[in-house]
Amino acid sequence: MTAEAQERGIISTADRKRPLIQYGLPAIQVLLFIGVVIAGVGPLLWLLKSGLSTSQDILQGPMQLWPSGIQWQNMPDAWTRVQIGSYLGNTAIIAIGSLLSTLFVCTTGAFVLSVLRPKWGPIVTGAVLATLFLPGVISLVPLYLTILKMPVLGVNLQNTFWAVWLPQAAGAFNILVMKRYFDAIPRELIEAARIDGASNLRLFTSLILPLSKPILGVVALLTVIGSWKDYLWPLLVLPDPKLQPISVALPRVAETTEISLQMSALFLAVLIPVVLFLIFQKQFLRGVGMSGGIKD
Amino acid sequence: MAVLTRPSTAIPASRSRRSPVTWYRSGGLSSIVFALPLVLIFLYFSWGPIVRGLVLSFQKNNLVTTPEWVGMANFSYVLTDPQLPQATLNTLYFALLALIFGFPVPLFLAVFISELRKTGWLYNVFSYLPAVVPPVAAILLWKFFYDPSTSGVFNAILGWFGIGPFAWLNSPDLAMPAIVIEATWAGAGATSIIYLAALTGVRTELYEAAELDGAGIWRRVWHVTLPQIRGIILIMMLLQLIGTFQVFTEPFLFTGGGPDNATTTILLLIYRYAFINGDFGAATALSVLLALVLCVLSVAYHFMTRRWSTT
Repeated sequence: MTAEAQERGIISTADRKRPLIQYGLPAIQVLLFIGVVIAGVGPLLWLLKSGLSTSQDILQGPMQLWPSGIQWQNMPDAWTRVQIGSYLGNTAIIAIGSLLSTLFVCTTGAFVLSVLRPKWGPIVTGAVLATLFLPGVISLVPLYLTILKMPVLGVNLQNTFWAVWLPQAAGAFNILVMKRYFDAIPRELIEAARIDGASNLRLFTSLILPLSKPILGVVALLTVIGSWKDYLWPLLVLPDPKLQPISVALPRVAETTEISLQMSALFLAVLIPVVLFLIFQKQFLRGVGMSGGIKD
Repeated sequence: MAVLTRPSTAIPASRSRRSPVTWYRSGGLSSIVFALPLVLIFLYFSWGPIVRGLVLSFQKNNLVTTPEWVGMANFSYVLTDPQLPQATLNTLYFALLALIFGFPVPLFLAVFISELRKTGWLYNVFSYLPAVVPPVAAILLWKFFYDPSTSGVFNAILGWFGIGPFAWLNSPDLAMPAIVIEATWAGAGATSIIYLAALTGVRTELYEAAELDGAGIWRRVWHVTLPQIRGIILIMMLLQLIGTFQVFTEPFLFTGGGPDNATTTILLLIYRYAFINGDFGAATALSVLLALVLCVLSVAYHFMTRRWSTT
């Protein structure tokens, strides 16, 4: 009985016997499924078809089920002539660099604030927390000016990947999430490690980091998704086409290439994240779901 | 705290009289070393720019001449710009449409998927797919879908039912809804996953009780399910509002603000001030104003929903 009660949802077994529900529910299910498939898979299939068609086919009969001929050559053309490969490479470099800088800053920072707890810790925590409530728009222009000429150092980071990697790491959300996770690690474990003579560095690398693998995974995933999606910031700080990620390069390329190559380029740009998502869908969906729980 | 207090209990001297040596031994130095990345990164890329933004908004700065103080001139320039009322209305319109389209869809999807025990994950995967597509690629694709000619994808589909053709992005009336539909398509999956995660925490024994009291399915959803995930619903709504007030990529790539400024949002205006006119003072002034509005909005929202949830 209890197991059944655990399993039940809004609609009970008694409801399911009523004809309206008995036939209506599967009908809604099928309709919704068709809707979700059309919305989710439809554009991707269309993109695949168009990526393998001639420009004429795409422009004159975009909704024809089958193109007049399959242009396999489009894909390698997009790879070499539009240089999708090198833009994808830049995107990967930006994502990995942002990931490393974010993880480095938020683990070390959270370690100080949560485990070492110096006297001035609460001040830093407060200052980090305060930025969470300020919308990002306020620092867009001054951040750009900071990149053009770093205060004190006087270096110009424009057209270097550092301009994307470093500001990514200044996310209050990641630090607070990490701190909250570290806070939940039992103090007895930390005390025991200290009595065994572990230094702070040892404590950090051999105890705290291995214990926080799940949250490291979530922060890593959200950082990579975020940097993959970013457009305005890399557009501003990476004007050099050789360094641009795919999201910045695509609109520029779209203006000068023919439509068939454009569509193959788009398809290649979409392919990698979609394949990665389909392989790691469980981790993906759990990570994104967790981010909501954290916001709560 | 225990880490710090232990050495100070061993040494009878009070905290304030600790020598540098005891401070070093108690791990004071390594705290600073560990905090250094965070403090430096935040000084350079978070706290610094926020302060600099406030300063810049009172200065005339075009990066060429030395900045000079101009008082409230930037604010009065921005507030009297004839484009501002239009941009404000557009941004509000975008936020409203995004709320109308983008709020019920993921919620309905999540409640429905949570009812499906075996096939739910399939709906999840498909509805999350659009969120995986890089936004820029999705926008370029949809821009092509919105082709105003009769052979455009959407016009062709609607043509099968004898509707249209529509001018979509070329029409001042349809451009904004068209952009919002794309944004909803791109965002609904991720939002519904978050609702779904919240729904797993709903206490199901209450459904039993509600059913015994004679509540139908819709009343169970309305009175049992939704109140239990109200917290996350309200937060997602606020985050969505804050996000839509700062929308940039979609109008920038879809229409560039046109036709006839029908899709110029406030962030597009900020972008034009800073990176087209080179007037960084005006751009930051408008940013500061927008940030202020958003702060007031979140505080007001916080108090409103707090009162609402206690009654």
